[in-house]
Amino acid sequence: MLRKVYLSVIGLLGASNASADWTLNMPRGVTELSAETYALHMQVFYWCCAIGVLVFGVMIYSLIRHRKSPGAEPATFSHSMKAEVIWTTIPIIILLILVVPSARTLIKLEDTRKPDMTIVATAYQWRWHYRYQGQDVAFYSSLARTSGVARRLDSSIDPFTVENYLLDVDNPLVVPVGRKVRLLLTSNDVVHSWWVPELAIKKDAIPGFMNETWFKADVVGTYRGQCAELCGMDHGYMPIVVKVLEPQAYAAWLASRQPTALQSADTN
Amino acid sequence: MTSAVMDAHHSEEHHGPAKGIRRWLYATNHKDIGTMYLVLSLVMFLTGGAMALVIRSELFQPGLQFIAPNVFNQLTTMHALIMVFGAVMPAFVGLANWMIPMMIGAPDMALPRMNNWSFWILPFAFLMLVATFFMPGGAPAAGWTMYPPLVLQTGDAFPYLIFSVHLLGISSIMGAINIIVTIVNMRAPDMSLLKMPMFVWTWLITAYLLLAVMPVLAGAVTMLLTDQFFGTSFFLAAGGGDPVLFQHIFWFFGHPEVYILILPAFGVISEIIPTFSRKPLFGHDSMVYAASSIAFLSFIVWAHHMFTVGMPLTGQLFFMFSTMLIAVPTGVKLFNWIATMWRGTMTFETPMLFAIAILFLFTIGGFSGIMLAIVPADIQYHDSYFVVAHFHYVLVPGSIFAIMAAVYYWLPKWSGHMYNESLGKLHFWLSAVFVNVTFFPMHFLGLAGMPRRIPDYSTQFADFNSIASVGAIGYGLSQLLFVYVVIQCVRGKGAKATSEVWDNPKGLEWTLPSPAPYHSFEVPPKVSSESAFS
Repeated sequence: MLRKVYLSVIGLLGASNASADWTLNMPRGVTELSAETYALHMQVFYWCCAIGVLVFGVMIYSLIRHRKSPGAEPATFSHSMKAEVIWTTIPIIILLILVVPSARTLIKLEDTRKPDMTIVATAYQWRWHYRYQGQDVAFYSSLARTSGVARRLDSSIDPFTVENYLLDVDNPLVVPVGRKVRLLLTSNDVVHSWWVPELAIKKDAIPGFMNETWFKADVVGTYRGQCAELCGMDHGYMPIVVKVLEPQAYAAWLASRQPTALQSADTN
Repeated sequence: MTSAVMDAHHSEEHHGPAKGIRRWLYATNHKDIGTMYLVLSLVMFLTGGAMALVIRSELFQPGLQFIAPNVFNQLTTMHALIMVFGAVMPAFVGLANWMIPMMIGAPDMALPRMNNWSFWILPFAFLMLVATFFMPGGAPAAGWTMYPPLVLQTGDAFPYLIFSVHLLGISSIMGAINIIVTIVNMRAPDMSLLKMPMFVWTWLITAYLLLAVMPVLAGAVTMLLTDQFFGTSFFLAAGGGDPVLFQHIFWFFGHPEVYILILPAFGVISEIIPTFSRKPLFGHDSMVYAASSIAFLSFIVWAHHMFTVGMPLTGQLFFMFSTMLIAVPTGVKLFNWIATMWRGTMTFETPMLFAIAILFLFTIGGFSGIMLAIVPADIQYHDSYFVVAHFHYVLVPGSIFAIMAAVYYWLPKWSGHMYNESLGKLHFWLSAVFVNVTFFPMHFLGLAGMPRRIPDYSTQFADFNSIASVGAIGYGLSQLLFVYVVIQCVRGKGAKATSEVWDNPKGLEWTLPSPAPYHSFEVPPKVSSESAFS
C-alpha cells in the first residue's frame, strides 16, 4: 500500500514539467508577484544591456581608434565639469526609473494581510516540517529516498537515472490553487531559507523568529526549490516541493491527511 | 624627527640589508616587508585556488565523486577566508608598502617596526587557520560569514577560527595605521593632498575603512566566542539572543570590507591607464570624491546582504535606495577611466591589458550588482549562484586582475629587469578567457535556481557546472605561468629596466633608478605639477 502511494506520488511529480524550462533565465513563475519580479528582473537586465552596449561600444571604439599609431599625438585634456555632471546625472535618472516599480512590487510582497490559509514551516537540520494552521495536519518533508540513496559518496548510482534528483521529497507541501497562502517560517536549530523560484519566494527560517511571507499560485502543478541558506552538512539535501491542486483535490488530500484518515489507512 | 629618521637611514645605508634570514625576520624596510606580503599573498592565492579546484572538480558533474558534504563546506569556507584575508588584502598591503613611500617621496614607511609586526602576525594566523583541517571536527564549515547558530556547531576548530580572525584584524589595523601615518606625515613637502597619486588616495581611504570596520568584526567574533564558551547568549535565541544581530554586525564590517578589497584596485588602474594612454588621468579630483563617496556609502548599505531575513518594509526600501546610489560614484570612476583613454595613444602591454579587462569585467560585476539591488529580484537571486557569479566578477577580474596588473607594472621597478612580455600577454589572455568561462555560466545557474554552497545538484544544472569547472581548471593552471614569469624576472632573466621602465610615465616612483634603492628618497624630492600625479 505504502509503496503504491509512493510510486503514484513519484509518477505525479515526474509528470510535471516545471523543471524543463529551468535553463538560462529566471522562471516567470506561477504567481502574480513572480511575474512582476520576472518583469523587474528583465527591465533592469535590459537597462544593463543598453548601458553595456553604449559604454563598451565607446570603449572598443576608443581602443581601436586611439591606439598608438605613427605620428599620433595624445590629447592633453584632463577634466571637464560638464562631462562629470552629465555622467553623474544620467545614472541617477535611470536609477529613479528603476526604483519606483521595484518599491511597488516590494510593498505588495510584504502585504501578508487577509490570507486564505496559514501554514507554519519549521526548519530542522535537514528537513522541513509543515503544520496547517486550524487543521489537524502536520508532517515532515524530507529528501526522497531515491535521491537519498543515490547521493551517497559511494552509491555508484547515476544521478541522471534518478527522477528529480535532489529535488524530490517524501511528503510535498500541498496547497490549493488561487488561494492566498501565508507561510510562517521558523527554525528549530540554525538559519535556513525557504526558496521556491517558481513562487518567487525566499525567506529565512531563523530560530527565535517567526518570519512571514505569502504566495498565491495561479497554476496547478508541482514546483520545486531548495534550502538557500547554508545550514550545515546536508544543506544541499533539504529540497522543497510544493504541489498546487484544484480546490476539490486539495480538500480530498486534506481529508486524507487528517489523523482519523491516517489511522484507518494504517490498519488496512 | 625627520633628521633622526634620515640619520638612522644613513647609518644603515653603509651596512645595506642584513644577511640571510635576519633580513626578513627583523625586516623594517618597506621594500622587504612589501616583498614578504606579496610572497605570502601568492602562496595563499595558490592555496585558496587549490581549494577552489577541488570544489569545482566535485561540482564537475552531479553526484558526489570525491569529497563528503562536510568536507565540501570546509573547503568553501576556507577558500573564502583565505582568498579574502590571505590573498587579496595582503597583496594590496604589500603593494602599499612597496609603492606608497616611493610615490609620495618618503624614505620608508612611518612605523617600520610595527610594519614588521603586522606582517609577521599573518603567517602564524594562517598556519593556525589551515591547521584546523587536521583537528577533530575538521575546519570551519559555516561559510566565511560565520553565521550563528551554525558556526557554533564547529568542532575543535572554533576557537582557532576566532583567534585567527582576531590576528588578521590586528594585522590589518596596524597596517592601516602605518599607511595613514605615512601618507599624512611623510609626503614630499610640496605634495598637497590633491596632488597625491590615485593609488595613494584610494589606499588612504581604504586604510580608514579598515580602521573603522576591523574592530567591528573583532567584536562580532568575540561575541561568538563568549556565546560558545562563557555562557552568553548574544546570538542564541534560546537565551534571549538574536541570531540576526550577528548578521547586521558582520555585514556592517562586510560591506566596507568589499570596498577594502576593490578601492586599491581602482587606484592601481588609475595609475596604469594614464601611463599606457600617454595622457593624464581624467578628472583626478572627481575620482577622489567618487572614491570617498563609495567609502561613505559602504557604511549605509550593509543590510542589502540580508533582504530575506525579514526586515521591516521601510528598512528594505532604505537599503535598496542606498545600494543603488553606489552605482553613481562607481559609474563616475568608469567614465573617467574611459575619458582618460579617449584620444590617447594607447599601447597594450600586459598591465594595460589587465586594466582594460577590469574595465569590461568589473562593469559586468557592477551590472549584476545593480540587479541585486532591486529587492524583489534580489529575493530570487539571494544565496543563489547568481550571487556567486556577481562577487567573483568583481573580485577576480576586479581585485585579482588589478593585483596582477600592478605586479607587471611595477615589477621592473622592483627587480630592475623586464618580465617576459609575450609570456605576460599569454598569461593575460588565458586568464581573461578562462575567468569568463568559469564565472559567466554561474549567472545562468543562479537564475535557474541553483543555491550556493551545495556539494551536489540536480541534473538540470549539470551542463553549466561542467563548463564552469573546465574554466576553473584552466584559470588555475594559467596562474602557474604567472608564477614562472615573476620568478624569471626576479632572477634577472629579462632585459635591464630603465628608471622610467615605460614610455614617459608620471609619478615619483619613476624618478628612482630600477631596481629602486633600498631607501627610496633620502632627500625629499621636488614635486612639479608635471610629476605629481599621472
